[in-house]
Amino acid sequence: MKLKELESCLQQVDTFEEPKILLEQYPTSPHIAACMLYTIHSSFDDIEGKLVADLGCGCGVLSIGAAMLDAGLCVGFDIDEDALEIFRRNAEEFELSNVDLLQCDLCHLEVETYAQRFDTVIMNPPFGTKHNQGEINLTKKLLIANYAFIN
Amino acid sequence: MSHQCHPEVILATEVKVNEVEFNPKFVCRMIPKLEWSTLVQAADQLGHREELPGELVPDYEKNEDFLKKVHRVLLEVEVIEGCLQCPESGREFPISKGIPNMLLNEDEA
Repeated sequence: MKLKELESCLQQVDTFEEPKILLEQYPTSPHIAACMLYTIHSSFDDIEGKLVADLGCGCGVLSIGAAMLDAGLCVGFDIDEDALEIFRRNAEEFELSNVDLLQCDLCHLEVETYAQRFDTVIMNPPFGTKHNQGEINLTKKLLIANYAFIN
Repeated sequence: MSHQCHPEVILATEVKVNEVEFNPKFVCRMIPKLEWSTLVQAADQLGHREELPGELVPDYEKNEDFLKKVHRVLLEVEVIEGCLQCPESGREFPISKGIPNMLLNEDEA
């Protein structure tokens, strides 16, 4: 799949209907998502056939892109059920079978359970600008994979 | 919370089997990451054990028949409605529309 093609597919992904400010919900633009995923895929070969985690996946633009680049499985983690419902509908519309969703609070994730399980972590996380400690806690969680890509 | 929950029991009221393209390399990659007995137990609870052995077979990389069974359990069998249960505390985590909800209550966090 070409970069342009990926970007135009990601333009079809639905995003937040009513973004929640306290959760710092903002969509990742299709352009940024496509460029980031394409680089991870073509320069580092870290998506195709890999187990990918998307931390704070929201409506799923990064996961859906990773799935389109033939991730073995991409697991989206998010606290918000409204965002996950939009993600679920997106995945259904794109007929993707290699994505899974999990509703959880990443700040209370048991690190040991997930340590070294994923090959690649992708995220465009809340950076904690709304006093929600997003950045500090999510940075700790990066330890669950060998390495991660942050937008 | 007094202990960390490890919800290993799956109680399903709706299970779906989706066809997913078989990728033997990915399945081989996943096997070392799994707790084998937990996977087999979960598959058994869902009625989809697919004759998986209690012990992981040696040299599974070349055993396509075995990898296909793991592929099915791992990627194709999906719990749509049900819950995950921690056998120690009895705490249940609901699964709705295929999405497990692992959020804790305020007094548990």
